[in-house]
Amino acid sequence: MQKQAIFQSKLLPYALVAPQLAVVLIFFYWPALQAVIQSFLLQDAFGLSTSFVWFENYLELFRERAYFEAILRTFFFSFAIAVSSLSFALLLAVMADKPLRGSMLYRTLLIWPYAVAPPVVGVLWIFMLHPSLGVLSRYLRALGIDWNPLLDGDQAAALIILAAAWKQISYNFLFFLAGLQSIPRSVIEAAAIDGARPMRRFWTVIFPLLSPTIFFLLVVNIVYAFFDTFGIIDTMTRGGPGKSTETLVYKVYTDGLLGGNLGSSAAQSVILMIMVIVLTGIQFRFVERKVTY
Amino acid sequence: MANVTLRSVRKTYPGGFEAIKGVDVDVGDGQFCVLVGPSGCGKSTLLRMVAGLETVTGGEIDIGGRVVNGIEPADRDIAMVFQNYALYPHMSVYNNMAYGLRNRGMAEAEIKTRVEEAARILELAPMLERKPRQLSGGQRQRVAMGRAIVRQPKVFLFDEPLSNLDAKLRIAMRVEIRKLQRRLNTTSIYVTHDQLEAMTLADILVVMNGGQVEQIGNPLEIYEKPATTFVASFIGAPPMNLMSTRPEEIRSQLAGSNAADAGILGIRPEDFVITEETPAGGVALPLTVEAIERVGAETFVYGSREQEDQHVAATPGELPPGEVIVRIPGTGAPAIGARIRVAAVRAKLHLFSGDGRKRIEA
Repeated sequence: MQKQAIFQSKLLPYALVAPQLAVVLIFFYWPALQAVIQSFLLQDAFGLSTSFVWFENYLELFRERAYFEAILRTFFFSFAIAVSSLSFALLLAVMADKPLRGSMLYRTLLIWPYAVAPPVVGVLWIFMLHPSLGVLSRYLRALGIDWNPLLDGDQAAALIILAAAWKQISYNFLFFLAGLQSIPRSVIEAAAIDGARPMRRFWTVIFPLLSPTIFFLLVVNIVYAFFDTFGIIDTMTRGGPGKSTETLVYKVYTDGLLGGNLGSSAAQSVILMIMVIVLTGIQFRFVERKVTY
Repeated sequence: MANVTLRSVRKTYPGGFEAIKGVDVDVGDGQFCVLVGPSGCGKSTLLRMVAGLETVTGGEIDIGGRVVNGIEPADRDIAMVFQNYALYPHMSVYNNMAYGLRNRGMAEAEIKTRVEEAARILELAPMLERKPRQLSGGQRQRVAMGRAIVRQPKVFLFDEPLSNLDAKLRIAMRVEIRKLQRRLNTTSIYVTHDQLEAMTLADILVVMNGGQVEQIGNPLEIYEKPATTFVASFIGAPPMNLMSTRPEEIRSQLAGSNAADAGILGIRPEDFVITEETPAGGVALPLTVEAIERVGAETFVYGSREQEDQHVAATPGELPPGEVIVRIPGTGAPAIGARIRVAAVRAKLHLFSGDGRKRIEA
């Protein structure tokens, strides 16, 4: 039995979905289509002539060493951001799940960073860790660390990962807390009676029961690290020093808008589009089924 | 194999609420003790204190001669069966049963022997590789039992293990639990709110109310000589008829015994007979039949007394004042609206003090 709404007029249902369709078409499909078309075109340096070049932009891209480096860098960033953010959020959620005085306040505070926009996150962290202005930089230097993310590519990368992971902790924390609270208390008590110490209880009972949540968050975090870190990178390092923090998304921006190579930039966005489609596909496929049990 | 002794056990929550107000119970080795009472009476809390899942704020819990107050659940050598079974959903039936043994570092070969033995007893052998979600309610219940028995603990604790099953399965599992307990001869404490389960399973029955023990004893003894009106109406279904002894109608019939200072008279529905005679020393009541319930083997007749009765002690399952249930065998019953006379013999009368807290022997 399916529930069906009955409309008097045949046009009304279409009229009702039209605004949503218009938004999707104008702001998502239209630019996407533009990107696909653009990726087959080549413009001269002054934008005076445009020629159709088939897959030349793509082939050019794959011949470019920098592109592969950007791919590797993006994968590394995503992995590092996802893992650090997930593990830290899980730790916090496990602690917040315990009956605690003032746990509501604690939980609320942990959720706050999610409301901060990525560029603001970038500005906040750079204020703390800027080599000459940063409050924390002074302490780092006092500890004997030669802290200068504006010059040192590895330090810049660490800074981006730190800021991006921090921003995502709130989101992960919320899901982990909900996941932990949906595990029946009696199952944990049964494990306690069954002789499992807290650590063993966590790894053999709680962690496996959280695995659907973990998998879901892993995909969400990778998508986030791929696409939503643009604001953080732009405010903190602008892809530098050198290209040490230039991810795929940032490269689309630098090559297209700063470098003026619209064809290559468009080809890169098409590749990113395919990646996000694949990731979303994986997510839908696996989140529907339960992952391990 | 162990005794379980509770010595003035108390539980006070940080907010000041007193859930358990000093309980003394002694469960002998191999005995089956049932804690019964209405919801909120503290029976589950008490069981969880024995398990070590709740802290004890006063008194001592002694398992097999060792005070376990400060000891972790894992080290108390107990096994517990939960109401919702609490199976590990991501583990197979085999692993559910093996988990507790693995945690204790038992050799895999020994684990295999024990799990297979338990599976054989509980008829779970064909489903050892299944996950809990692939099992029916009754099968899950048996896995929970299996998880308890493979450990061969000193004490089994059951927290309303049958309340999630349907009525028919509940009766079958009740018998199975009893048989299993007799066979293993393991000391058991079982919590239920179902007085029928309590009566049929218990060696020792503990009737609880408001965090206190109302009566401890052999189930039949409790049935025959309830110590308070609470026990009288909680144990037995339909509940015992309780009435005030103040109206002249009853007072005159009770005259000439120490029953005179009793405030409440109790008569079980099955102890009434419909008769015109009044047995010597017994009590007879004229009733108007209000409703009839035929359940096949017996019939319940609901009658109202001529006189309005005053309300006696508020207890669960109590009848409205002035209403009397009579249980008669077979299906023959008077018509609705008929005026009948019912009587009970002296030996079947239960007398209680006016506040219902004390039994008075007639």
